[in-house]
Amino acid sequence: MSSPDFNTLQVGDMLPPLTLPGVNRTTLALFAGASNDHNPIHIDLDYARKAGMADVFAHGMLSMAWLGRLLTQWVDQRQLREFGVRFVGITHLGHQITCTGKIVEKYESAGERRVRLDIQTANQYGEAKVVGSAVVAF
Amino acid sequence: MIDKSFIGKALPSFYASAEPGQLALFAKATGETHPVYTQEAAARDAGYPGLPLPPTFLFSLELTQPAVSWREEIGIVPSRILHGEQSFVYHRPAHAGERLLFEPRVSDIYDKKGGALTFIVKDTRVTNARGEPVADLRSVIVHRNV
Repeated sequence: MSSPDFNTLQVGDMLPPLTLPGVNRTTLALFAGASNDHNPIHIDLDYARKAGMADVFAHGMLSMAWLGRLLTQWVDQRQLREFGVRFVGITHLGHQITCTGKIVEKYESAGERRVRLDIQTANQYGEAKVVGSAVVAF
Repeated sequence: MIDKSFIGKALPSFYASAEPGQLALFAKATGETHPVYTQEAAARDAGYPGLPLPPTFLFSLELTQPAVSWREEIGIVPSRILHGEQSFVYHRPAHAGERLLFEPRVSDIYDKKGGALTFIVKDTRVTNARGEPVADLRSVIVHRNV
């Protein structure tokens, strides 16, 4: 993987975005098993309805995993120093999520050159679902 | 009500490790196709001793430990909680087969919206077999009280 050059990066630069296929039940079932999150609200329609939801919905950590892919398709994972998010909306079945990231700061810390990124997921209607930040070292 | 006397309390520590097969399934479920995350040889070529744990997988290892008992003790009703925030600070990579020690504690509990919501903050320190820090995880759970 060829890493971006710190010197040419600018505040305001966008990362190459990552767009996912629409969320479906198969993805949620696979992610439940793969991630150890067996909460039935994400995989069992009967349970979800009893809990007052119209249907099952995506795990927040699925979106965070996609944001992780956004970062590791841009730089080697070993350059990742911090990664944090807030879950601000529910990702429903059929939502087509796009992960985006923007450089908001270039600085030096702990003897390293670093950038801070604003990151988020949004659906096809532009509604933000997960927002956060990440720190990458160069 | 959530019992605020739990602030600062250590929760039971535990060991967990990631199996290569589960990391392959995690890659499939998240659409990850980079071979470093699924093929042992590619991981070694990239300088990892084994398949690397992707950035959020330590959270999945935390879930190997049933949370039922401390959640009940603290007064959490499972149907009333939402995952509000999650963060990771990374110190060194972790890989498949590595035995990792997880040491969680409740670091804060506070109310918002006049007590309608309670936020429970859990911090987990993860270290490897040599006692070196791997990562610090923070989970914020939101509990609806009304």
